[in-house]
Amino acid sequence: MRQTTAPTARRQGRTVTAAAERTAVEPGAPDILTVAREQVLERGEGLTEPQVLEVLRLPDDRLEELLQLAHEVRMRWCGPEVEVEGIVSVKTGGCPEDCHFCSQSGRFPSPVRSAWLDIPGLVEAARQTAATGATEFCIVAAVRGPDRRLLSQVKAGIEAIRAAGIDIQIACSLGMLTQEQVDELVAMGVHRYNHNLETARSHFPAVVTTHSWEERWETLRMVREAGMEVCCGGIIGMGETVEQRAEFAVQLAELDPHEVPMNFLIPQPGTPYEDFEVVEGAEALRTVAAFRLAMPRTMLRFAGGRELTLGDLGAEKGMLGGINAIIVGNYLTNLGRPAQQDLDMLRDLRMPIKALSETL
Amino acid sequence: MSDSFCAWCGGAAAEGDHAACQRRRVLEPPRYCPHCARRMVVQVTPAGWTARCSAHGASSSDSDRAASAPTA
Ligand code: SF4
Repeated sequence: MRQTTAPTARRQGRTVTAAAERTAVEPGAPDILTVAREQVLERGEGLTEPQVLEVLRLPDDRLEELLQLAHEVRMRWCGPEVEVEGIVSVKTGGCPEDCHFCSQSGRFPSPVRSAWLDIPGLVEAARQTAATGATEFCIVAAVRGPDRRLLSQVKAGIEAIRAAGIDIQIACSLGMLTQEQVDELVAMGVHRYNHNLETARSHFPAVVTTHSWEERWETLRMVREAGMEVCCGGIIGMGETVEQRAEFAVQLAELDPHEVPMNFLIPQPGTPYEDFEVVEGAEALRTVAAFRLAMPRTMLRFAGGRELTLGDLGAEKGMLGGINAIIVGNYLTNLGRPAQQDLDMLRDLRMPIKALSETL
Repeated sequence: MSDSFCAWCGGAAAEGDHAACQRRRVLEPPRYCPHCARRMVVQVTPAGWTARCSAHGASSSDSDRAASAPTA
């Protein structure tokens, strides 16, 4: 799964969205959306860091135009299908790490208590997810990295899901891995691994002090080399500057993951970020579109925080602004809107849900 | 048994304004037992949540929905 004091970081986050900064483009320079149309839409080449920054500085009155272009890029390079995924926490809370946004860190006075999900519970969660038409089920644990007990639990859980005849692909998110653990997950049939870089490399030390961005990168490298799909994204709204958002988009593009989950900070009680402001809807949509223009072929998934940041209308705009995958139902410690509401939204938008056969 | 404590912040239900807590609760499971304010062990699943208080036992999104459903 990071600025030192909340007020400073919050001020910083707010300052960078000022309209005055958004319009700081050299006179006579070609319009960034005209450039993006030719470079990204026509040629499939993602925007560079200065170009992403220019997009992130576009004024609100160009947001619709930006979203339209991001949607065209998604349709052209990814197609109309939407990948639907469900997630569950198999081990909640009590994590030794200090990610400042996270209610599951044992270092902060968060009300989240430790909990383990048993195997029948895991199978039922997979069944609930498959019932939505989802093709992906991600098993998540709040740990620095998995120990033997956790890996045994995950292995038994996957076997039980398979034995129950639940037709769904299984992904995992169990923190940092050793090579041996990577190989073990491959042997279990885990086809995708989630490990978020969370934020720009330059901002990471302000968010997490107990491990480094580079350690996370190393796990991702091993996952890719072992043949698993790489799922790697982050959280917007953790006090990063707009420059750091552009930096992050391009660092993700360099990683070239199969999937990028985009979360928006949900300020959690007891965490250092509990008083942070929620990202504004227009800001969130602009960021989604900018990430799409940085990564034209990557699966971009709406993840946690969209309900709080965007509401129902904003979620639809995001689906028409570059997003082509969603997490339905609840998250790890937060609730989502009912899965059926998202499925209805996709039907109304005439966006087909990606079928399992297409993913195999 | 009526709720004595706010399930979101754990404060006394009769003291202070819990309107913001109620708004948060739409997108969060309960964290504190509404009867004694103990922190509960909560498991969120794709379609619901279960919570367990060491003194007052288990509750779930199903029982929560049933309790808040209008009665004829
Ligand atoms: S490693 Fe994961 S679970 Fe642990 S504190 Fe960081 S984000 Fe939370």
